[in-house]
Amino acid sequence: MKLQRATVWVYAVLVALALAAPLLGLYPVFVMKLLCYALFACAFNLLLGYTRMLSFGHAAFFGAAAYVTGWLIGARGWGTLSGILGGVLVALLLGAVIGAIAVRRRGIYFAMITLALAQLVYFICLEASFTGGENGLQGIPRGNLLGFIDLGRDGTMYYFVLAMFAAAYLLIRRIVQSPFGQVLKAIRENEPRAISLGYRVDRYKLLAFVLSAGLAGLAGALKALVLGFATLSDVSQGTSGDVILMTMLGGSGTFLGPLAGAGVVLTLEEYLSDRVGAWATVVIGVIFVVCVMVFRRGFVGEIERWFGRRATPVDKPG
Amino acid sequence: MSHLLGIPLPAILGQLMLGLVNGSFYALLSLGLAVIFGLLGVVNFAHGAFYMLGAFAAYIGLQLFGIGYWWSLLLAPLAVGLLGILTERLFLRHLYRLDPLYGLLLTFGLALIAEGVMRSQFGSSGNSYPVPEQLRGGLNLGFMVLPVYRAWVVLASLGVCTLTWFVIERTRLGATLRAATENARLVQAFGINVPILVMFTYAGGVALAAFAGVLAAPIVQVRPLMGSSLVIVVFAVVVIGGMGSILGAIVTGLALGVIEGLTKVVYPEASNIVVFVIMAIVLVWRPAGLFGRE
Repeated sequence: MKLQRATVWVYAVLVALALAAPLLGLYPVFVMKLLCYALFACAFNLLLGYTRMLSFGHAAFFGAAAYVTGWLIGARGWGTLSGILGGVLVALLLGAVIGAIAVRRRGIYFAMITLALAQLVYFICLEASFTGGENGLQGIPRGNLLGFIDLGRDGTMYYFVLAMFAAAYLLIRRIVQSPFGQVLKAIRENEPRAISLGYRVDRYKLLAFVLSAGLAGLAGALKALVLGFATLSDVSQGTSGDVILMTMLGGSGTFLGPLAGAGVVLTLEEYLSDRVGAWATVVIGVIFVVCVMVFRRGFVGEIERWFGRRATPVDKPG
Repeated sequence: MSHLLGIPLPAILGQLMLGLVNGSFYALLSLGLAVIFGLLGVVNFAHGAFYMLGAFAAYIGLQLFGIGYWWSLLLAPLAVGLLGILTERLFLRHLYRLDPLYGLLLTFGLALIAEGVMRSQFGSSGNSYPVPEQLRGGLNLGFMVLPVYRAWVVLASLGVCTLTWFVIERTRLGATLRAATENARLVQAFGINVPILVMFTYAGGVALAAFAGVLAAPIVQVRPLMGSSLVIVVFAVVVIGGMGSILGAIVTGLALGVIEGLTKVVYPEASNIVVFVIMAIVLVWRPAGLFGRE
């Protein structure tokens, strides 16, 4: 009860902050980037937090969509919305193929397979002709909405990204709270029992994977438009690792955790990258280790536990 | 007989040799990974980092202390093994009761730390390590010139792989190890100190990776990220072979190296991805891997 009231307040503050962000003098491009990565982490959380599937290759969907959207809009002259849609469709398709192969194994094998297949996507992006190889795609135009709303201005673009983010976030909430989401949680808690209850677990897992891939693709497509570029780093294992860290640090299996995690990790990377060079990787690595050793519930998970609600049982042996 | 399917034979043989060399590294690394996974249930993401540290240990040893190649071949795995003992004691030990995913995530973090530290000290570019004097030059076999060092790499890793296989499958220590893999609690009840066994197994596994790193130092550039993409290929090798089998890891590693080498002759663009494509095919056809048990 207490927690629910607190949650309402947290959301109210977040929405107010999000709407007022451009007025508060925050650097709009950074806030937009944050929203993109937060969406990426939320999409990832759908898998890790609610189905307990650790994909180590989510950068493949994020990066592939970034490339495809950038290419469709930049080189083929597509409109903004159709370009984003194209990127998301490719991510969904890629998710269906990789997912169909990976859900044949569970646990760490699943993680290793997604990692390897994402590396395959990485090499394809490195060698394909439309991705610009080592340079990536630069100067992707943002275009306009409905022919008259110019997204080139950061202020306008910000509300467009915010609206997309809000829609995707609500969709994820809806998915998790639907009967389908309940089945996913049942699989997370006890897969053999879900099977014995007659659920075709592999199909549920595949659908969750495809949905997560599509939403990660949306995040990647938006990111390509916000920053105006798509590079190999978007499809690299480093990006896959980042999204895992964001979700874990914030609290996997919570709604607000991935937002918090994305905020902390991005701020940290932004702050560290020009100051300490390669030590930034060390800091990220140390946070990873600390997270795994003593902070497995993440920020939001710990807070929820503090408020006494039964938090996600993260320590269950697999 | 100088062409096969329109491709000059020396080119094929040269790539075959390169493939065997890469395959030897895959075999050494996936062997260590399989042994560690068998006993600890941990997928050691830091395996590539330990391989890199092995190569750097040889490089630093030579630059700072004048330690030669042959001593490095012994000392680098020992040093990295010690680091492995530390890792197991400080971190991994506390995760055995948890979901195995945490072991993977922890070692991923450790790999980032190792790579970051080395990058801040040595930069991202490669450092070259000289081929030891005794192994320079090439042997003229009549139909091709065989670089002595590459032949040595293949022989040395095959030797170490065979030795490891022998220790695990044919000695008393290995029998204890295999028993502990099957049922650690029962073995503990027989009065064997399983935690120590686990610790040394991890150390041994990463020492194998470091050994591969020293072997690789003279033929690849010694650089902080040399292991980060290699470890993904090795993961794929392990998925293809199935993690249950020692011999499976060795054979799969060598075979995939050779296939990769031959792909470089026929269709160079695909040589980076052929291992992953094979992995996908194997998963569709035999989800447990070629030598694996579910």
